[in-house]
Amino acid sequence: MHIVDRRLNPGGKSLVNRQRFLRRARAYVQKAVRDSLKDRSIRQLDKESEISIGRDAIYEPTFHRAGKGGNRERVLPGNHDYLEGDRIKRPEGGEGAGADAGTGEGNDDFQFVLSREEFLDLFLDDLELPDLAKRRLIGGEVDGIRRAGYSTAGSPSNLSVSRTMQKAMGRRMALRRPSGAEVQRIEEEMATIEALDPLRPEDADRLKRLREDHAHLVRRRNLIAYIDPVDLRYRRFEAMPRPVAQAVMFCLMDVSGSMSEHMKDLAKRFFALLHLFLSRCYEHVEVVFIHHTDRAAEVDEQTFFYSTVTGGTLVSSALDKLIEVAADRYRPDNWNIYVAQASDGDNMMQDNARVISLMQDHILPMAQYVAYLEVGRDKFPEAATTQSMTTLWQAYAPVAEAHRHFVMRKVAHRQEIYPVFRELFQRRGLGERAPS
Amino acid sequence: MDLRAETPLFTGSDWDFALVNRIYEAIEPIAVDEMKLNVYPNQLEIISSEQMLDAYSSVGMPLFYKHWSFGKQFVTNEMLYRKGLRGLAYELVINSNPCISYIMQENSATMQALVIAHAAFGHNHFFKNNYLFRQWTDADGILDYLEFAKRYITLCEERHGQLAVERVLDAAHALMNQGVHRYPRVRPRDLRREAEREAERQAYRESIYDDLWRTVPIGAKAATIARDERLAVLGLPQENILYFLEKSGPQLAAWQREILRIVRLIAQYFYPQRQTKAMNEGAATYVHYRIMTMLHERGQITNGAFLEFLQSHTGVVYQPTYDSGHFGSFNPYALGFGIMTDVERICMDPTQEDREWFGDIAGSGDPLEVLKDIWANYRDESFISQFLSPRLIRQWRLFKILDQENDSEIRVDAIHNERGYRRIRRTLAQEYDIGQQEPDIQVVDVDLAGDRLLMLEHVVLNGVLLDEGDTTMVLQNLANLWGYEVALSEVDAENRNELRSHQAQPQPEWMR
Repeated sequence: MHIVDRRLNPGGKSLVNRQRFLRRARAYVQKAVRDSLKDRSIRQLDKESEISIGRDAIYEPTFHRAGKGGNRERVLPGNHDYLEGDRIKRPEGGEGAGADAGTGEGNDDFQFVLSREEFLDLFLDDLELPDLAKRRLIGGEVDGIRRAGYSTAGSPSNLSVSRTMQKAMGRRMALRRPSGAEVQRIEEEMATIEALDPLRPEDADRLKRLREDHAHLVRRRNLIAYIDPVDLRYRRFEAMPRPVAQAVMFCLMDVSGSMSEHMKDLAKRFFALLHLFLSRCYEHVEVVFIHHTDRAAEVDEQTFFYSTVTGGTLVSSALDKLIEVAADRYRPDNWNIYVAQASDGDNMMQDNARVISLMQDHILPMAQYVAYLEVGRDKFPEAATTQSMTTLWQAYAPVAEAHRHFVMRKVAHRQEIYPVFRELFQRRGLGERAPS
Repeated sequence: MDLRAETPLFTGSDWDFALVNRIYEAIEPIAVDEMKLNVYPNQLEIISSEQMLDAYSSVGMPLFYKHWSFGKQFVTNEMLYRKGLRGLAYELVINSNPCISYIMQENSATMQALVIAHAAFGHNHFFKNNYLFRQWTDADGILDYLEFAKRYITLCEERHGQLAVERVLDAAHALMNQGVHRYPRVRPRDLRREAEREAERQAYRESIYDDLWRTVPIGAKAATIARDERLAVLGLPQENILYFLEKSGPQLAAWQREILRIVRLIAQYFYPQRQTKAMNEGAATYVHYRIMTMLHERGQITNGAFLEFLQSHTGVVYQPTYDSGHFGSFNPYALGFGIMTDVERICMDPTQEDREWFGDIAGSGDPLEVLKDIWANYRDESFISQFLSPRLIRQWRLFKILDQENDSEIRVDAIHNERGYRRIRRTLAQEYDIGQQEPDIQVVDVDLAGDRLLMLEHVVLNGVLLDEGDTTMVLQNLANLWGYEVALSEVDAENRNELRSHQAQPQPEWMR
């Protein structure tokens, strides 16, 4: 009998099969992944997740008998009070007599778990950041060291023994350092001659020559060191600055009384998607939450989404705040700046001019991308789109005309969030202008 | 003899290799010397739960070719396991020589003893002795053959593209159940030689290839041959559809035929397992129950360990009743183990009824001899139809229902009484008869003179037709492999009336 320990064998033998399965079901999985956004809370978005797809895509048909029809006999255990000849109502759905009852087949959806990477891959497939390459920056932070050959000086712990020995050997050969064997041979010969009792004259001569040779060799050996300080080689490492792409995302939201929970939820979903997307593209993403009524404040996430503040609506206050924070902490030459603003479109009419000028003269020049999301009421999505334009929409419309990295969309239902997001970030051909 | 003479093999639940070795050495003499089991040499392999999931998804084999359907299996198992809906089997055993048993590192020491008794001796003895396995499978060559199959399919993927190979495999898998020789006794196949044979054929084809043949003008069309002659030449009727395609499919390339062959040989390898589920599990469960009990009687395992074993054992042989809400079908462990312990009782302590029903074994006094004969010479269907006793029918309160198409209600046809025993036993045995459960589909004719229409026939038993949706899909695959139109007619077994027919045309893009 043998016992073989297979635990150390590489796992993941099924990985190839799993990938093939995903490739085969790709179209369906992708649709399921996108649909899953509808009923998933934001927090779970980039977790591992279970998805279900229709069985058709990956069905393996076989010849088998139908579950219904014909005459069937079956034996069952656990009779309580049936007697021969009793009649039982046929249960609906073919169970009871169905040959394949309990096999779990049928038209249920096929469920399985996608890993986080697989999920994100499918979810954000063929999206891209606008102008991502333009401002990839070298950050101050050094992200590691790499091997950079050998040096003649260094700390003992970095001593490269093999390289040092190699050098030493080369030097010894070049300088013809006598080997130990050579010296030993001469010593042995001297010993044999010395052992002769009556020393013949020619032996004495020979012994003398040998002694001279020996002294010469020993002196050479002493002069030419086995390992010399010039042989020492150290492994050299050098710090390598890596380009660090960092981005900051400003989330702006109107939290005045006119914003309902539903609207905030829509906004939150959009922000979450943007964050997810940015964190995949940049190594480091910071988020700044600014909410405003007629005054703006930088707040934490919890307050941002869940606090209620009463007051009027002054969009420019939020823009002012944004510019202030950016100037303070996120200088545009070090950061990629993304701005996402969500609002129901309310604004004081007289504020519009200032909003336009702030947006055009200050924010747009420093930002990579600005997205304005106008959230409507769930109840009357139709009304929301056909309604006369809101104040803010009127203000922004000409800005969007003029700047390709400013985009605006209306959203009334959470199902529309993802399509809108996709539309905004769809991979485009070079030189093509973003439809706005 | 002092039954408590020995000290326990282990006390806690931890185990190490030395302990597994000691357990094996304690079990081996019981199994081989006392129970006289005849087994292949054993090889135990310790694997992690993750590796068990891997093994699950390639039908339990240590190596297998790549196909998306195994990935599908894997994701299903993984999800069920992670959600805690399904535990993993404690062991997996492969019918090979040496017999490989996978045991999981998560098992406790008691469970390791249990699975060694169950797999390394129970299943192992069954594999080596049951006539179906001896007749149909080649335990010596299977691993080599799988290795060859894997290599061959990878090679095909490199040469012809993954997609082309996948299409052939999909189609072949759909017909896998129709890729088995059921009736003729095949000569034992030397799977080891399969690889060499293929290489030889390839070399021969290359050596005789001559481009000139392409230019030879084709002569006048041969006269139509008589039907009998045609059928004889093509070997029709043929129930092994994959075999027929491999030998006679007009459109298939050599590598496609070889893939069909691989799928069909593997199907053939698993064919006995499908016919002996209850017996195989029953035998293994009976063996482990006996061995564990003996170990306990001799004091080699502690009371605590024995209770742990009993808990696991009773879970395995639990049979829910039809109205319990989770009844799917009979639990093969419960059915097999139940009948085998009952045979033991009949041998040792028969009642008058047993003497009437089982005159030849009642009171024989040597249940192991009887059981070993059963394990060697029966399959599920014959096993149940001979050894399900009236006592068990009463104990399980079995009843038989009759569901007729032209009746609005289901009728209780037999219950556990004198009139019902034999009818219940016959019906239950039929449920385990693969010939009754699987549709009888055969290739009956090919229209060689015309448009090469391939004709198949399904002989309908009891008016149960084929599942419409699946049949259309499988037929489409069959048409793609055949390359011409395919027609399947469903014919009533009694009066030969055609009940329904299906057709499929090959998809032109399939061969690309």
